[in-house]
Amino acid sequence: MTNTLFINGKEVEFTNEPNLLEVIRKAGFQVPTLCYRPDLTQFGACRMCVVEIKYPNGRVMINSSCTTPPEAGTQVFTNTDRVRKIRKTVLELLLANHDRECTTCERSGSCELQKYSKEYDIKDIKYVKKRPEEYLPIDRGNPALVRDPNKCILCGACVRACSEFQGHSVLGFANRGSKTRVQPLNGMALDKVDCVFCGQCKAVCPTGAITINNEIDGVWKALNNPEKKVVVQVAPAVRVAIGEMFGMPVGTNVIGKLYSAMRKLGFDQVFDTNFTADLTIMEEANEFIERFKKGENLPLFTSCCQAWVRYVETQHPELINHLSSCKSPQSMMSSIIKDMLPKTKAAEGYTKDNIVVVSVMPCSAKKAEIKRPQLMTNGQYDTDFILTTQEFAHLIKSAGLDLKDMEEAEADSPFGEYTGAGTIFGASGGVAEAAVRTAYNMLTGENLTNLDIETMRGVDKNSKVKDTVLDIKGTKVKVRVVSTLKEAENSLQEILNGTADFHILEVMACLGGCVNGGGQPISCNDATIKVKRAQALYTEDKELTLRNSHDNPDIKKLYNEYLEKPGSHKAHELLHTSYSDLFKGSYKDLK
Amino acid sequence: MVEEKSINLTKVDEIINSYEGKKTNLIAILQKVQELYSYLPMEAMTYIGTKMEGLSPATVYGVATFYAQFSLEPKGKYVIKMCDGTACHVRGSMPVYNSVISRFNLKNGKYTTEDGMFSVETVSCLGACGLAPVVVINEQVYPKMTTDAMKVILDDIIKQERE
Repeated sequence: MTNTLFINGKEVEFTNEPNLLEVIRKAGFQVPTLCYRPDLTQFGACRMCVVEIKYPNGRVMINSSCTTPPEAGTQVFTNTDRVRKIRKTVLELLLANHDRECTTCERSGSCELQKYSKEYDIKDIKYVKKRPEEYLPIDRGNPALVRDPNKCILCGACVRACSEFQGHSVLGFANRGSKTRVQPLNGMALDKVDCVFCGQCKAVCPTGAITINNEIDGVWKALNNPEKKVVVQVAPAVRVAIGEMFGMPVGTNVIGKLYSAMRKLGFDQVFDTNFTADLTIMEEANEFIERFKKGENLPLFTSCCQAWVRYVETQHPELINHLSSCKSPQSMMSSIIKDMLPKTKAAEGYTKDNIVVVSVMPCSAKKAEIKRPQLMTNGQYDTDFILTTQEFAHLIKSAGLDLKDMEEAEADSPFGEYTGAGTIFGASGGVAEAAVRTAYNMLTGENLTNLDIETMRGVDKNSKVKDTVLDIKGTKVKVRVVSTLKEAENSLQEILNGTADFHILEVMACLGGCVNGGGQPISCNDATIKVKRAQALYTEDKELTLRNSHDNPDIKKLYNEYLEKPGSHKAHELLHTSYSDLFKGSYKDLK
Repeated sequence: MVEEKSINLTKVDEIINSYEGKKTNLIAILQKVQELYSYLPMEAMTYIGTKMEGLSPATVYGVATFYAQFSLEPKGKYVIKMCDGTACHVRGSMPVYNSVISRFNLKNGKYTTEDGMFSVETVSCLGACGLAPVVVINEQVYPKMTTDAMKVILDDIIKQERE
């Protein structure tokens, strides 16, 4: 049913919007928010979204619009003196407890607290500033995330993200009143508790309280070192998001411009992780078929998402055998680069010791992944640096370049050619869809007639679980696609109590997959951004002539000349990995 | 900080089971655990958060630190609850409190004596305002307290303990 209310005098229709704030924003008015996140429950913590509401009976109230349901006939005012004064006081109180060290803050420029302080002209804070001796220690103990409690405004977005997306509440509120903190158990370091480094806490944080460990300096040093050969690879989800940081419309695929920016920055070789996504599919589809024939270790879990892998290792080590032994596409690329280039490009000066691999990823967990002891060869990590989408945009900007001005270019051979199956890895369901396309071919010798498996697609909060049953010439294969670890846990419980009937379980820890990863440009205020990014990936898939991983000519060549066949000895050596029980010896291992 | 001591988790398990492991019973469970150990050991909180569905160790810690009734440190044999509600406050609870604090030399947020005999805490109201200022030591209520009366009571307890 449609009702109407008035916003700043304008008559506005509403139907089933969950709260007044959505109605206001839909009508084109803006109200500041710090704690409101469309994909999470409303919390009403920050009080920035207060509006003045005049009810038909004459009553006037000031209420937070994020927790007030829209009511017919009410008159809503978003910018009266009263509400502006309240918002200003809220900001002043928040800033009194904030360290206000903007110039050295990772979030400077994209910080919502900073933005609103400017918008509301906060010049003078009448409250006493926190004394330096009251500052709390910063947690820099892990390779992925940095937690600075002195910048926390207690909006609880990270606490909700950790509980509602990932379901295991690593972060929680502690203490009471002015002593309230957001922290892991007893203020422990994130790497000592169950954190999987998915970075969703960072993605929803309005300030710099949780940021990603910045490694731009290290990459600059490598680029400026003439003795190093710096090789870069870029993940599927980066190409459809990084443009946002240069003012391009949401969902613009900028891969061609990105390649040329990479060359301008001085990278010696520009490769595409989509290539190894195709390679992952060859190995994983082969692995699945082997397991399916033997009927062992089913369902097969995908292993591309490091947050998910770490979740299984820390929470359900008894299910480690289900994880695909395939490395993530990122790791496969690094292994291949460091194994092959010293042989094939020795003439150009590539040696075992001078190659630096930089991976541009939408993800914070990848920073933890590359430090896995299983991903070392001869005492050296396979990947040297992970830069997030955001970091890479900063790298481009700090070189004085603008992505918009770059000409279109191609990636370097031999690891630059990719198919549509590789590119959809960036969205939830993409890995499973790509795997099914190739598994079908491996089993039947034919390609699927309809390559668009719509039931596996969808990245919004209503598509966290997607079941698909495929008929492969009479054999039924059930595929479950899950995003967020909370939903993954439900599926794991089904496996543990014996009711699971699916054969493949694809899990991406972030809602909607990598397009909404922790390292992507800030998108937490608009739930449609990740949908548009995913759409751009599916559009690219559709436009590419090759849409099956097994049709990629460079993949065929790689197998012919180097790896022999999927699952071969050489492939296992380079492309597969192992997992370990991380519950043992953890703080929860009490017996 | 928290004393490193091995905790028998089977007892915690029994408590959780007696409340059917429901997270709505968390406060009652924590109360029972505190009764058992005289405080909430970190291991017990971690165990509860791991074992019970819908909870995490950080959430349990959050509940335990929110309520003043829970202590994360072992409490003394005698818990001295000093009322500092409005009535007790105006009738002079603070001088009594300060005398106890200085007698036991408790400072920097410490509220349990070194020998583990006494814990001193303020509470907001004991509901006995007619007897202000009120002090409760374990289950025993002491009405209309003064610094002198407090000294006598504590002397008695210490003497009793020595015997």
